[in-house]
Amino acid sequence: MNYNWNWGIFWEASPEGVGTYFDMLMSGLRWTVVTALLAWAIALFFGVIIGVIRTLPGRWAALIGSSWVELFRNIPLLVQLFLWYFVVPELLPRAWGLAIKQLPNAPFWTAAIGIGFYMSARVAEQLRAGIQSLPRGQRMAGMALGLTTLQTYRYVLLPMAFRIILPPLTSEALNTIKNTSVALTIGLIELTARARAIQEFSFQVFEAFTAATIIYLLVNLAVVMLMRMLERSVAVPGYIAGK
Amino acid sequence: MFTGFDFNVIQNSLPYLFIDGMGFTVMLTLLAAVGGLILGTLIALMRLSSIPILPQIAAGYVNFMRSLPLVLVIFWFYFLVPYIGQWVTGADRPMRVGGFTSALITFVLFEAAYFAEIMRAGIQSIPKGQVAAGYALGLNYRQVMTSIVLPQALRNMLPVLLTQTIILFQDTSLVYVISLTDFLGAASKVAQRDGRLVEMYIFAALVYFVICFLASRLVRHLQTKTAILR
Repeated sequence: MNYNWNWGIFWEASPEGVGTYFDMLMSGLRWTVVTALLAWAIALFFGVIIGVIRTLPGRWAALIGSSWVELFRNIPLLVQLFLWYFVVPELLPRAWGLAIKQLPNAPFWTAAIGIGFYMSARVAEQLRAGIQSLPRGQRMAGMALGLTTLQTYRYVLLPMAFRIILPPLTSEALNTIKNTSVALTIGLIELTARARAIQEFSFQVFEAFTAATIIYLLVNLAVVMLMRMLERSVAVPGYIAGK
Repeated sequence: MFTGFDFNVIQNSLPYLFIDGMGFTVMLTLLAAVGGLILGTLIALMRLSSIPILPQIAAGYVNFMRSLPLVLVIFWFYFLVPYIGQWVTGADRPMRVGGFTSALITFVLFEAAYFAEIMRAGIQSIPKGQVAAGYALGLNYRQVMTSIVLPQALRNMLPVLLTQTIILFQDTSLVYVISLTDFLGAASKVAQRDGRLVEMYIFAALVYFVICFLASRLVRHLQTKTAILR
């Protein structure tokens, strides 16, 4: 392979005027992390609501829940981001659309919302599976104690369901981080976009991508370890992952 | 809301969208699914093998691929494949590789990691006694796998494999980042040429939705049909 390796590239000044190529990668990492965190918060919020709705009795609840999940699951994430970024501002009343377009960091907000809603369908499915895996006696016991539906979910079903679905939620959290890279198509300058920029400025394509790869692996590792700690600290003794 | 919605732009570009664009997408999906399944099955067999180091290599590959974003992997291979081609053929300059080939290699290698996990679950769902029975009949490893274990594993995992293929179908839209003309790429080119982003992206979303929704319904139907009663 006649490729000129230059691992010192990261400590050379970047053409942006301030900082080195390494600083560029770090700024990309910051955007990846911030976008993923906001998207994950949105995904959890709507995912929990929809997940609960899907386990409620009644035809309307089932319809709303399954429409939500099918809508966000059956359109590629990239297309959804394009819809949020290019289409939604046009369909809103003119003044609103303009306001959205002029928002500072528009790609960031769009990406967080788009990825958040996309992931919410997956979180909802996990939570539904978690709630349905509980023995039906638990719901009945809650009702028999005189709890309202809300209280049954709050004090009986959800605390257990969340613990059951922690492992799959971990992989959904990892997916959220990975999916932020799709947002480079709408101009979010996250980690992959930064690696790509380094390649364009310096032609050191493999160093840039290797660095990005290692950073993604480290972020993954950190999330996995954090979730393991969480799993251990909320484990119910004598149950599932309990001691 | 839909005043000024231009349906003509969609109608005029239908042949381009579906023959060029969707043709590319479907071709890439099918070839990548078949290639990914074959490679994934081999990786699953490696992972369950009793030969030392092989399981670690397979697990390392699967975990590595699964912790990287697909967009980054697409970029990796887009730049790496010409150099690999040069190394393999011994040419004196990086090989020219078409976008389709590069994308296909990427998706086969990437999806293999996901198919491998599915096939591993499928293989592990076969009772041990069947393998033992196969050996007792005098079959060798290859015969036990190809005529006893894998056919059943494939059948048990068929719904999951097809669901993964639907995800793959959606993921192929990411070849947009290396400017290939898949269905979304075609829609996006028309959208930018005619300044009709709203119409084209809504139409693209609708087409993806209908295809994926119907396909996932079919898979669910298949699941109830092929389920083996035990």
